[in-house]
Amino acid sequence: MNGYWPSATTEGREVDVLLLALLLVSCAVLALVFGLILLYMIRYRAGSGVSRGERSHKTWRFEISWTAATLAIFFGLFIWGGDLYVRLFQPPADALQIYVVGKQWMWKVEHQGGQREINALHIPINRPIQLVMTSEDVIHDFAVPAFRIKHDVLPGRYQTLWFQVDRIGVFQLFCTQLCGVGHYTMTGEVVAMSQPDFENWLASGAAPEGHEDMAAAGKDLFTAHGCSGCHGEGGVGGSPETTGIAAPALSGLYGRSVKLQTGATVTADDKFIRDCILTPDKTPVAGYPLIMPSFAGQISEEKVLRLIAYIKSLKSGSRT
Amino acid sequence: MSDAAAHEFQFSSAAHQRETAISGIWLFLATEALFFGPIFLAWIYARLADPSAFDAGGRQTELAIGVTNTALLIASSFAYGVGLACIEFGSRRGMVLWLLIAWALGAAFIGLKFGVEWRMDLEKGLFPGATFSVHGPSRSGAQLFFAFYFFSTALHGLHLLVGLALLAWIIAKARQFTSERHSPVRAVGLYWSFIDIIWLILFPLIYLIGRAS
Amino acid sequence: MTHSAAHVSYLEDGHTLRSWLLTTDHKRIAILYLVAITFFFFAGGVAAFLMRYNLISSHGLLGSAETYNRLFSMHGILMVWVFLVPAVPVTLGNFLTPLMLGARDLAFPPLNLLSWYLFIVAGFVALYAVVAGGVDTGWTFYTPLTSLYSKGHVVAAFIAIFIAGFSSIATGLNFIVTIHKLRAPGMGWYKMPVFLWSLYATSVILVLATPVLAMTLLLVAFERIFGIGVFDPAIGGDPLLFQHLFWFYSHPAVYVMILPGFGVISEIVPAFSRKELFGYKFIVWASIAIAVIGFLVWGHHMFVAGTSLFSAIVFSLLSYMVAVPSAIKVFNWIGTMHKGYIHFDSPMLYAIGFIGLFTTGGLTGLFVAALAADVHLTQTYFVVAHFHYVMVGGMVSAYFAGLHFWWPKITGRLYPEMWGRAGAITIFVGFNLTFFPQFVLGYLGMPRRYFAYPQQFEALNLLSSAGAVVLAIGYLLPLGYLTWSLLYGDRASANPWGATGLEWSTPSPPPTENFAVTPIVTQAPYQYEQPEAVIHE
Repeated sequence: MNGYWPSATTEGREVDVLLLALLLVSCAVLALVFGLILLYMIRYRAGSGVSRGERSHKTWRFEISWTAATLAIFFGLFIWGGDLYVRLFQPPADALQIYVVGKQWMWKVEHQGGQREINALHIPINRPIQLVMTSEDVIHDFAVPAFRIKHDVLPGRYQTLWFQVDRIGVFQLFCTQLCGVGHYTMTGEVVAMSQPDFENWLASGAAPEGHEDMAAAGKDLFTAHGCSGCHGEGGVGGSPETTGIAAPALSGLYGRSVKLQTGATVTADDKFIRDCILTPDKTPVAGYPLIMPSFAGQISEEKVLRLIAYIKSLKSGSRT
Repeated sequence: MSDAAAHEFQFSSAAHQRETAISGIWLFLATEALFFGPIFLAWIYARLADPSAFDAGGRQTELAIGVTNTALLIASSFAYGVGLACIEFGSRRGMVLWLLIAWALGAAFIGLKFGVEWRMDLEKGLFPGATFSVHGPSRSGAQLFFAFYFFSTALHGLHLLVGLALLAWIIAKARQFTSERHSPVRAVGLYWSFIDIIWLILFPLIYLIGRAS
Repeated sequence: MTHSAAHVSYLEDGHTLRSWLLTTDHKRIAILYLVAITFFFFAGGVAAFLMRYNLISSHGLLGSAETYNRLFSMHGILMVWVFLVPAVPVTLGNFLTPLMLGARDLAFPPLNLLSWYLFIVAGFVALYAVVAGGVDTGWTFYTPLTSLYSKGHVVAAFIAIFIAGFSSIATGLNFIVTIHKLRAPGMGWYKMPVFLWSLYATSVILVLATPVLAMTLLLVAFERIFGIGVFDPAIGGDPLLFQHLFWFYSHPAVYVMILPGFGVISEIVPAFSRKELFGYKFIVWASIAIAVIGFLVWGHHMFVAGTSLFSAIVFSLLSYMVAVPSAIKVFNWIGTMHKGYIHFDSPMLYAIGFIGLFTTGGLTGLFVAALAADVHLTQTYFVVAHFHYVMVGGMVSAYFAGLHFWWPKITGRLYPEMWGRAGAITIFVGFNLTFFPQFVLGYLGMPRRYFAYPQQFEALNLLSSAGAVVLAIGYLLPLGYLTWSLLYGDRASANPWGATGLEWSTPSPPPTENFAVTPIVTQAPYQYEQPEAVIHE
């Protein structure tokens, strides 16, 4: 394993600069505190005859000045850290999405082309990567120290994490949220490759199982679980005339805004589609009766991800 | 310390000791409020996340019993208040009588809540788990509602049982109290009213919100 | 009414076991606590030592991850709930609060005894949970690992913490009421020693935050027993809600640990500088500010947990705000030393060690309060080092400083001074050797709670484990010489340090009723006079 330092991402190097600044501030304060304590310990030790002169009894001038100084420094650090944090967690729009499912005790990765890997993540360099992560059981945490980044992976929801690596290399991956006895074994590696190498890797079937495009696999599930029975083949939507029941169209749904019965409007992202499948009563779509059954406990997180990939692939009006 | 005028040696007078004891009870109630706080907070938060399922769960509850129980508890607190007023005016007999009424009303609440209502709930299959009887899209959220329901009513019932024991203790020791010296009666009264207030928050959460929408 | 004429020392007032186990004397209860706390401290310490042994090799020398997970969970649970949270309040606080107030006892002595029994029950239930098979969830009990997946004795551990919580609440309630109602005539709020102000702020947190934890653990226990509950994502529950509730208690609990330490240091620095405390009111209000703002920063434990960007930014700002009062205190202690007549007795050495270690811990707190930096550092050894600097380097040093300062008052005996100084220096050196390498490990990315780890971290771990040996010797030293002093130490006078404060105006050890005559307070605290020998210069 190599390449911890300097960080392999631009943002990671910025984090290092922030850490350096924090280190310098800390050293300055420590030097001041220890310096004064040592100075006074020597100069004002009980046996020393040095003149103590007039002692100041009014303390508020000192209090105000060191409180103000502390506040100013803290505020600066707060702004710096906060600004960088916001950028760390706002992915660019064109990021390549890769799906990650954590379970006791392994990382399962699935690429859009259906290539799967375990405890490893292959990525191309110089391209923003967005991970969509969820957990099958307890809380895990996806951490890559070389990118100075991590995020918890929770059951029941999607967390995203993005980064853009600008160097070829192999970087350590850790789970950093205690997830049971095998916590320490839940490690792996992120392999950053050049774009052509990455494409070769994708094409060579590096994944052990014969893989199928995620959306295509999702399409099979769409039929197998009876989704098409109401939402129609290809998710064109259902009506009492066609499918016998009114069901919203799913083609072109991804990224659109959807009006709910509660009056709220939400954007149909990964999380929304997941909620619609697993907890449909939480997201009652305006204009349709609340009759969709919950699929919670019936399909695994990985299958949900494939279904989502399929729904994403449905362009408006198209019949795949 | 058995002498009527006596006080413990860290206090300057019996009055000093009495007001200190009452301060202690108030502080204890602050602790209790923070103890129940997380349930209410979590309940409201969970309902906001899934209102329709919570309301579906709420409609399964026994409104008539809930209303009766609320009336019982309010009446019980009222009776306790009258009992406290009696001892302040020097009527020990009045105090005992009204405290017995308060005790009986509290006991009736327990009987109705756990002997009747819980049994009905369990027979209807409302305890969360594999045998849960609400089906359809609201199933999981309604289970969450009933997890809150059973947990919080059990905890409230436990507090009520402690309160009943304290009331019995006050009644048993009634002979010690006079119009000047009755801070235990006051202290237990504060606790008794507090349990009542907790119920007055639980009541709408359990019975009313689901039916209102 | 009052115990007349002969002022029997509280230690001489009855020698039977019954006279100790059924006592309501706050001083005897403090001794009971001291014995219990010392036992639990060493129990938690043994667990820590075994953890450091395991980490000497990157393969894990204990051979079993299950054992290791149980050890760090046991270490955390014991240290947090039956050592760090109670330590200073129940020993020094119990002993000193009435003495410093000029009172004869706490407001509710039987409640005080009850809280000791609760504490003992809690401690032994916790030990039972460990011996019966252990808990492997860490002391933070994150759901759903704890509620639905762990195979350990989680419910037993919860019962222990629940009971310990009752004990804390009883103690805090007793202190608050006592400080309000039992101050000696003339003892206005601003005439109170800072130690009592700190204890007051601590007690407010104990009384208001502990019940939230109690309820949270009950909810998790319910979920564990019935397999279904409010944090279960399968039925729409939210595991993050658990973290919010847990940290709503557990972050203020950090201030429960450190605030009494601030109080101790604010007594010791003036006493050994022979000078008035610099900025009394600022120190006092800094304690109150910490207690209040401390309730509003829990979210900074969750910057990478999946909360919103907005909440992260607010909690980061508030976390910086809560650091300001701590900085004010450090500057005021240094201001107190300025132009003083500084003596280097053991309590002062421990106190200076405290200031150094606490400042380091506080400054590294700035790292993890800075959002982007926290993303990299959280859940690594950096955080482990950070909170050990605050809670062990800081709080335990303050506890030892206080114990040495008031030891003559508590026991009537003097300990060997040279050994005391040696202990203070050994602990300071050992502590830094153990925990400083962990900052570096954390920056390099080593995650917490790993039984075995990549080989590149081995050298620094070895260094840390070597430091732990020095630290262990440092902690054993006071156990040895303080125990020795009970039998062979010189008799102490009423005021061996020449300190101000009502507790020094009564004999050492104090009589059962504390003061023969209730004192009347006319002076502000810390009225140290300049030594005459130098005053004419």
